[in-house]
Amino acid sequence: MRFIFKTNYDQDINIVRHNGDRISYGLLVAAMIIMPFFIDDFYLGELSYVFILAIAGIGLMILSGYTGLASLGHAAFLGVGAYTHAFLLTNGIPFYYSIIIAVAVSFFVGAAIGFPILRLTGMYLAIATLAFGFIAEHVFIRWEHFTGGNRGMVVPTPEFAGISFYDSATFYYVCLIALILSMFAAINILRSPTGRAFVAIRDSEIAAQSLGVNIGRYKALSFAISAGFTGLAGALLAHYIGYLAPDIFNIFLSLTLLLLIVVGGMGSLHGTIYGAIFVGSLPQMIAIGRDYLPSSIASQPGLEPLLFGLILVLFILYEPLGIYGRWLKIKLFFEMFPTYKKQTFKKQKTFTKSDRV
Amino acid sequence: MSLIQLLIDGIASGCIYGLVALGFVLIYKATETINFAQGDILMLGAFVAFSLIGVFELPYILGFLLTVLIIGSFGFALDTVVIRQVIGQPPFATVMLTIGLGFVFRGFASIFWGTDIYSFATPFSGKITEFNGLIISYVNLSIIIGTIVLMTALYLFFTLSKIGVAMRASSENQLAAYYMGIPVKLIFSLIWAISAGVAAVAGVLLAPITLVDTSISLIGLKAFAAAVLGGFGSIPGAIVGGIIIGVVEQLCGTYENYLFEGIREISAYLVLLLVLIIYPRGLFSDKAEVKKV
Repeated sequence: MRFIFKTNYDQDINIVRHNGDRISYGLLVAAMIIMPFFIDDFYLGELSYVFILAIAGIGLMILSGYTGLASLGHAAFLGVGAYTHAFLLTNGIPFYYSIIIAVAVSFFVGAAIGFPILRLTGMYLAIATLAFGFIAEHVFIRWEHFTGGNRGMVVPTPEFAGISFYDSATFYYVCLIALILSMFAAINILRSPTGRAFVAIRDSEIAAQSLGVNIGRYKALSFAISAGFTGLAGALLAHYIGYLAPDIFNIFLSLTLLLLIVVGGMGSLHGTIYGAIFVGSLPQMIAIGRDYLPSSIASQPGLEPLLFGLILVLFILYEPLGIYGRWLKIKLFFEMFPTYKKQTFKKQKTFTKSDRV
Repeated sequence: MSLIQLLIDGIASGCIYGLVALGFVLIYKATETINFAQGDILMLGAFVAFSLIGVFELPYILGFLLTVLIIGSFGFALDTVVIRQVIGQPPFATVMLTIGLGFVFRGFASIFWGTDIYSFATPFSGKITEFNGLIISYVNLSIIIGTIVLMTALYLFFTLSKIGVAMRASSENQLAAYYMGIPVKLIFSLIWAISAGVAAVAGVLLAPITLVDTSISLIGLKAFAAAVLGGFGSIPGAIVGGIIIGVVEQLCGTYENYLFEGIREISAYLVLLLVLIIYPRGLFSDKAEVKKV
């Protein structure tokens, strides 16, 4: 087991805790950089999709995992990012500016939505975001001038340093850089006073308020930042799918994002990566699983929602800390080897709190 | 179409929203969790009724009662086996759990019954009555009367029967009810059973209008608007909220040309957001104020 002796105040907020981290994350990034030389285009595309999912997951994780606010309508921000980006590219704005504007637009839409509805708590907020998601989906269908309506919209292919964007290695690197930058931004937001305020709000609103955190403002800020990250993922997703139709950004996608952070592990940025890998490989796993099922069940279209729901239910019931939590448990088991106690990770049960008093 | 005609159609579809919202409210009042799978339970109710009435050819009334019984026991089992495990965890866990369950139900229904659209014969299908020049279909009439009968039955149950009073006591104060010897866990499971049963009633009454397929579970989401409008804690509020949503939807559909296209589908959600932003207490709330930041 590694003990870190703290000899400097900066050690509490440093991005890397010790040299071991520096080596392992460095190796991971290096492996990702040389990846295109070893695997074929199909898997590169899949990996890019996982990166995009992870960026969206970072957005939702900041909101749900770190600020404790549920959003059932996050696909709307993916849609805002994707349509803004595609619309600007169509009108001849260069890729770099377009993607920055797409993020900014998502951020401000998030702030505009966040201010009124974040005054609500708990369940009401979940319901309000659900309604927002539905309304946004209909706006995408009806605002034909901007989105092309039900006919859909072709996403133009930008040139990227002379190479077409649809070369999968180029797209892979763009996604990788976007993910690394997002991860870096998220880590920095979360270790700054802003991030600390988010966590304080999650753990106890009353305590946070008494320490001088302006709850309304920080909740709206969290919503806006989250929308910004999701908008970036949306802009990249637009290139990944190539053809935008409004029914992509439906409630199922919002719930997929929630599945991502629940399966990955609430309240950890590692969790977004694990969750993204899980969600990204789910269709393949289902396809493989179909081969082993009797054909009468395997050919049913209802199999996917069934498995989707089942995974969600089982994780909530039996592993609420997600894959990252399971990894921490395994790691601790080996570190403490003969003396591991199950109680370390015991769920704290609170007596049912009442809103009604 | 005259305005009164529109109102009647709106009230009929509003009664369905109201019944689903009633299911939310019953569970919320007792356990402070929201069942996002309510619409999916309604869908299961409609499918079970289709199996009993359409496939096994039971008489309508018998099939109806059996459906309510089956779905009611299903609700009871759901609480005992699954939902009870997350009591005491943050609200996020229950939200995700019930959403997940909703997907499981929908997936199960489309595997078990297939993705076709079904219908079954009811005594009301295709019949209409005329009253002062108004055309009222028997289906709409059956929905309105069914809602009134169910509301009266529930009202009597909650005021007169011993279990009903025990339910009100445990939703007022769990701990005090427990000290008085009320089996709170059993009562909560019974409330889930009643709420699932109400959803099944709504499903069977709705079946002749929308026909039976997996997409009718979306009604559960519109019913949120009804529950919120009614104050999310008030039983008459849920029904009144439902009726208002139903009427607003009809009016938006008719006057679509004056507003903007597609407003009918999102009108319920617009009302929901507006109520939450402007007046989150709802119309009939029994609590002083929704907690605001």
